[in-house]
Amino acid sequence: MIDLLATQIALPDLITFLIAGCAVILGALGVILMRNPVHSALSMVMTLFAIAVLFIEQDAQFLAAVQVIVYAGAIVVLFLFVIMLLGVDKKEYLGKDQLRGQRPLAFLSVLVIFVEIMALSRGNWVSGAKGTVLSTSSPLSNVEQLARSIFTTYLLPFEATSVLLIIAVVGAVVLVRRSDVKSSPAEEPEELQTESEMK
Amino acid sequence: MNSTVVFTLMLLPLAGSVLNMAFGKRLKRPYAGVMASLFVATSFVLAVVTWLDLLAKPSGQRVFDFTLFSWITSGSLHLNVGAYVDPLSVTMILFVTGISSLIHIYSIGYMSHDERFSTFFMYLNLFVFAMLVLVLSDNFVFTFLGWEGVGATSYWLISFWFERPTAAAAGKKAFIVNRIGDFGYLTAVFLLFTYLGSLSYGKVFGSVGQLSHGTVTAIALLFFVGAIGKSAQLPLFVWLVDAMEGPTPVSALIHAATMVTAGVYLMARISPILHLSPGVGTIIAFVGVITAFIAAMAATSQTDIKKVLAYSTVSQLGYMFLGIGTGQYVAAIFLMVTHAFYKALLFLGAGSVIHGMHDEQNIKKMGALRKLMPATAVTFILAWLSIAGLPPFSGFWSKGDVLAGAYQQSALLWLIGAITAILTAYYMGREVYLVFFGKQRFDPAVKVHESPKVMTVPLYVLAILSVFGGALNLPVSDKFRFLENWLAPVFGHALTQSTISSSLRFVLGAADGVFAIVGIALASSLWIKSSSRPAAEPAFLAAAWGIDRFYDRAIARSSTRLSQMFADVIEVKVVDRATMSVGALVGLVARYVRKVQSGYIRNYALYISIGAILILGYFMTRAGA
Amino acid sequence: MTVPGSWYLVLSALLFSLGALGFFTRRNVLIMFMSMELMLNAVNLTFVTFSRMLGDIGGQTLVFFVLVVAAAEVVVGLGIIVAIFRRRSSATADDLSIFRG
Repeated sequence: MIDLLATQIALPDLITFLIAGCAVILGALGVILMRNPVHSALSMVMTLFAIAVLFIEQDAQFLAAVQVIVYAGAIVVLFLFVIMLLGVDKKEYLGKDQLRGQRPLAFLSVLVIFVEIMALSRGNWVSGAKGTVLSTSSPLSNVEQLARSIFTTYLLPFEATSVLLIIAVVGAVVLVRRSDVKSSPAEEPEELQTESEMK
Repeated sequence: MNSTVVFTLMLLPLAGSVLNMAFGKRLKRPYAGVMASLFVATSFVLAVVTWLDLLAKPSGQRVFDFTLFSWITSGSLHLNVGAYVDPLSVTMILFVTGISSLIHIYSIGYMSHDERFSTFFMYLNLFVFAMLVLVLSDNFVFTFLGWEGVGATSYWLISFWFERPTAAAAGKKAFIVNRIGDFGYLTAVFLLFTYLGSLSYGKVFGSVGQLSHGTVTAIALLFFVGAIGKSAQLPLFVWLVDAMEGPTPVSALIHAATMVTAGVYLMARISPILHLSPGVGTIIAFVGVITAFIAAMAATSQTDIKKVLAYSTVSQLGYMFLGIGTGQYVAAIFLMVTHAFYKALLFLGAGSVIHGMHDEQNIKKMGALRKLMPATAVTFILAWLSIAGLPPFSGFWSKGDVLAGAYQQSALLWLIGAITAILTAYYMGREVYLVFFGKQRFDPAVKVHESPKVMTVPLYVLAILSVFGGALNLPVSDKFRFLENWLAPVFGHALTQSTISSSLRFVLGAADGVFAIVGIALASSLWIKSSSRPAAEPAFLAAAWGIDRFYDRAIARSSTRLSQMFADVIEVKVVDRATMSVGALVGLVARYVRKVQSGYIRNYALYISIGAILILGYFMTRAGA
Repeated sequence: MTVPGSWYLVLSALLFSLGALGFFTRRNVLIMFMSMELMLNAVNLTFVTFSRMLGDIGGQTLVFFVLVVAAAEVVVGLGIIVAIFRRRSSATADDLSIFRG
């Protein structure tokens, strides 16, 4: 490790990776540890930005841009909107979990998954052989390569995503629409009551 | 020869039935019946067209096998929905649709007061369809569809007035007894398929010669078991008498003219198989003639107007099987056709009497009706003379053919048949005298009326057919044997050559005439004046030799007791306890396992991650990491 | 020489683990949702990394599609959360446990 640091890796790359990597981890920790959802969302922005940086670092400029625009922009804003709309920016109690054994088991299983992924990534499943079909070694720019890939080989999935987006939009509208304007507000407590009875 | 005509005539009654099912309740009273009658009558017209078509062809080329569509294809089994048109099936469709049309028309009058008028015609049409499937089908399985179809419609129609417990029970009895016969039929079909690999008539009859003698005998016997059930022969005839609980047109159509002759038709159809096993023929002949005799004896002591006719039907069916068993297929078919004429007439006449007497069925409470119901009386008497075998009515010719064939085979068969012939003339005479002659024994306040035209016109038509039906097959010279010449290509190989000289034949015919006269004279001397002669109607004959009671004791009650035992002991102690304990076990396990279902999404997600861990672990062992 | 791919893979495995941990332990539906986004991003990072390691643009194409699906998923998911919140006025996933055995 130290050898690698000293000998082969260019210093700017190394510094970029270390800073961005720390930002990713810190942001993720922020998401899962902050008691206020707004703070979690902002921590997530940090993670998403850092990942965009890592994309650029790996010559995926187009995806980095999309990551910033779609994720850090649109999606996080959507999260914040919902948080504000619902007024759930209360602090959550992060002490003892009322589900007994959930937290230790979660730690344990996450640890095991991490170890297993590490072990597998060193095994012979990763051959390291270069791809031949859509090689990145061509003189074209990253955006052009990606566009050729999407609009030729993956044209049908691309078209399918358009349908998916339409469905998502319609679905969101249907879900959020107040369907029963007629129903009196008096009904809702009753419903809650029955549900609490079921508990 | 046009296959469309054949399939149309087959499907028309089905269409009528479906239309009646859909719209019958909305049609005004007579129109549901008129519609049903029209469909069947059109079917009859098409049957005539088919017959004329066939007649125009040379005698050797009158067999057609039409395929409508492929029905079942499974492994080596190929079954078509198809029609086998030959002189035999055309004879059947002619008289089935013809008599059905008349009885449909008659039913418009007879059922006019019934609440479920359109339902009745729906069943009746469905029955005609099933019967046409039975006789027209070109393979044993499709025939079986019709066979079961007529059984089902018969069941529905017997218990048509299901609010009467006796009618419901009679329907059940018919259904259950028929199942015994169906078991024989099905087993025979299985055997045929096992040994020949095909079930279409053409192929089976072409290759039946390859079978060993034992196999052929088994198949023929099993088919005969089926015929016994459907055609009410000994020992399974008990259902037919109870079937009289149904409306009288049903008794006339299903339980006299058409359905019960399906067994005879089946035997005639498989004549190539029967021909190869003469021993079975002897069994059939004896079963037939003994049934004829026993049923005729029972008929002499009945007091219900329809039960006399029911036993008479059993007896006449026995004659038909006598004809089949002695190889006289043409005579059997001839008797089947003429019997359809006069027995339908007798039943419809009885129905007219019942209708006119406001549902009185006891002949002891009738008498002197000939003045009040002249049309019914005249036609009924003509039918009586016909069934009695008085020359020159149709029954004389057809029964004469059967008895002559029996004489050729064995004098014993002939003797029993002859005694039965005397009994036939006698018991029918008794019924006629008790109903139409003698003193009036019913309450004078009852307003007896002659039936409306819609009921009497079918009686006239059937009366004409009963009187002149013998013209179908006159033994005067070969030229006049129309039916025999017509059916010759079907039975050609199986017909036993007549060895009876024409003079002997004449003597036998004369003897038949004498038997009829003796029977009629006996009936006149006993019953024209008196209405009660306990000596002539012993109780054990009235109870049909106690066969029903015997079945009740031997089979019905013991099996009921067995079932009761199963219900009380095995059901409660074994079946219930087993199912309960399985339920309790599931409950016990669930009490602990349900804790897994905590209701918390993140808990479920954790389970998923444990699954992921296991899968990844499996990959690690494979990767050798 | 840039940073080797395996470093990125370790980083994304770590990110995935943190996302999973958040999903398992937090009770706020919105935060659980964000944890899912973290996991998705971890996977995206591996795709891009493999794309670079193997010299194949296919990995980046897949990330493109994941982004689209994630966007759709967020829209529908937040819609469901809003709909639930209207009925229950609570954003805690543990309250939605009426199917408990």
